[in-house]
Amino acid sequence: MLKNRYFWLFMSPLSILLLWEISTRSGLLDARFFPAPSAIFYYLIFTSPGEGLWTDISASLYRIFWGYLAGCASGIVLGVSMGLNHTVRVMIYPLVALLYPIPKIAILPLIMLIFGIGEMSKIVVVAIGSFFLVLINTLHGVDSVAKIYHDVAQVYRIKKHNFVLRVILPGALPAIFTGLKLAIGYSLVIVVAAEFSGADAGIGYLIWQSWETFSIKAMYAGIFVIGALGLAFSLILNFLERRLTLWRDTDQ
Amino acid sequence: MQIFTTHLSKVFSRKEQRTVAYENLNFQIGQGEFFCILGPSGCGKTSLLRTIAGLETATSGELNIQPLNASKPGSIGMVFQEHGLFPWMTIRNNIRFLLENNVHMVNRDLDAIVNEFIDLVRLTTFADYFPHQLSGGMRQRVSIARSFANEPDLLLMDEPFVFLDYQTRCALHGLLLEIWQRKKKTLVFVTHDIEEAVFLADRVLVMSAHPGTVKSIIDINLPRPREFLTLRKLPAYQDQVSELMELLREECEPFKSNQSV
Repeated sequence: MLKNRYFWLFMSPLSILLLWEISTRSGLLDARFFPAPSAIFYYLIFTSPGEGLWTDISASLYRIFWGYLAGCASGIVLGVSMGLNHTVRVMIYPLVALLYPIPKIAILPLIMLIFGIGEMSKIVVVAIGSFFLVLINTLHGVDSVAKIYHDVAQVYRIKKHNFVLRVILPGALPAIFTGLKLAIGYSLVIVVAAEFSGADAGIGYLIWQSWETFSIKAMYAGIFVIGALGLAFSLILNFLERRLTLWRDTDQ
Repeated sequence: MQIFTTHLSKVFSRKEQRTVAYENLNFQIGQGEFFCILGPSGCGKTSLLRTIAGLETATSGELNIQPLNASKPGSIGMVFQEHGLFPWMTIRNNIRFLLENNVHMVNRDLDAIVNEFIDLVRLTTFADYFPHQLSGGMRQRVSIARSFANEPDLLLMDEPFVFLDYQTRCALHGLLLEIWQRKKKTLVFVTHDIEEAVFLADRVLVMSAHPGTVKSIIDINLPRPREFLTLRKLPAYQDQVSELMELLREECEPFKSNQSV
């Protein structure tokens, strides 16, 4: 049982919550700033939905979904193009190296200037954040496809689209998934930060609003939801990765 | 398919350094011939094979492959030292994928061809396995099946059995000869193993090293079909092996000529 990772999936967060619960109840932690987890969960389940929790969650999910999708898709397409075409690589790479390290939150005001304060600016900033992580990992993945597969494709005159879709993409897939996993976490960070200002719904909005009105439990409820979403996303991506890279398993 | 070379040379230049891979090669390979290129490592034999495959280009001289023209894809098949199977495709799909890209296979029953060649290399029960689930010898069998299934006019093999153990190698020699005799393809086989060359080839081109040049071309006058255990007892076989050994010994003295000009 102790070796089962699904056991630890629940046990390790649960033990932290238990420690927290005890600390708050025993007065070790100030209950005003650190309400007991049981109280937070109670609030989350029975009070938050009445205060528009689902609206906030679906607003954030909407922004993450479209931003992540657009960012990942364009990151994969450009990453593969750069990996396969030297000219594209030489032209684009300096831009990537220049723009990648800029914190995406730092350009949120600029994006809001261009796209307005509505949904589009939040989707765009999530997309930009995902884009660079997926692009860089995809490029690395394309580079990691062994030379012999290029030779085989050339000798047997594999058609270009088959080469890209059935040789390069599967070969780069493990690295692409690394990018996808980094990007989904980063998307959560960005969407919350973007919702802190200039939003009227969303989990980031919920947290910020709760802070301003000193509704500490509601604030924690928002934080818990973020954590749960992060966990769910990484479980989904891990599942997809295992499904799509079955050929990598070395046992059997 | 026939191959002619005249004064064929290749030089790798990197900055100030010039390394001659092979130099002034003149030879011909006939239709349906099993032609071995034998030489010590570093004599440029792999480079020569890659040039014939179109993966590299010669620096000077002429390489004439007839009746191949650029508009006829699928005319060359190649088996590499490492199997080069796509790890994400099953054995069946590895073979089928190349057929799907071969313009001569349009309107052919690809599944039937795939099955025929999987049977031919005796991997029928492994058709839906992934490459990592097979042994090294089995993977190289798939690689051979894949190259023949395309019905190439010319087959190139670059030390395909070098990473296999002795027994597996012997078994695959037999299998390769069986398929080659049935399919009658021109086959160019690169190796550094003298017995392998004598057992398989109609003719053996012996290369010298640094730079790679044609040292000699030897006819192997041994009857076919060949069977290793019978063949190795023939005096003719032993004579041919000795002859090649003497030719190669001059090349094998360690660090005889380490000239990078």
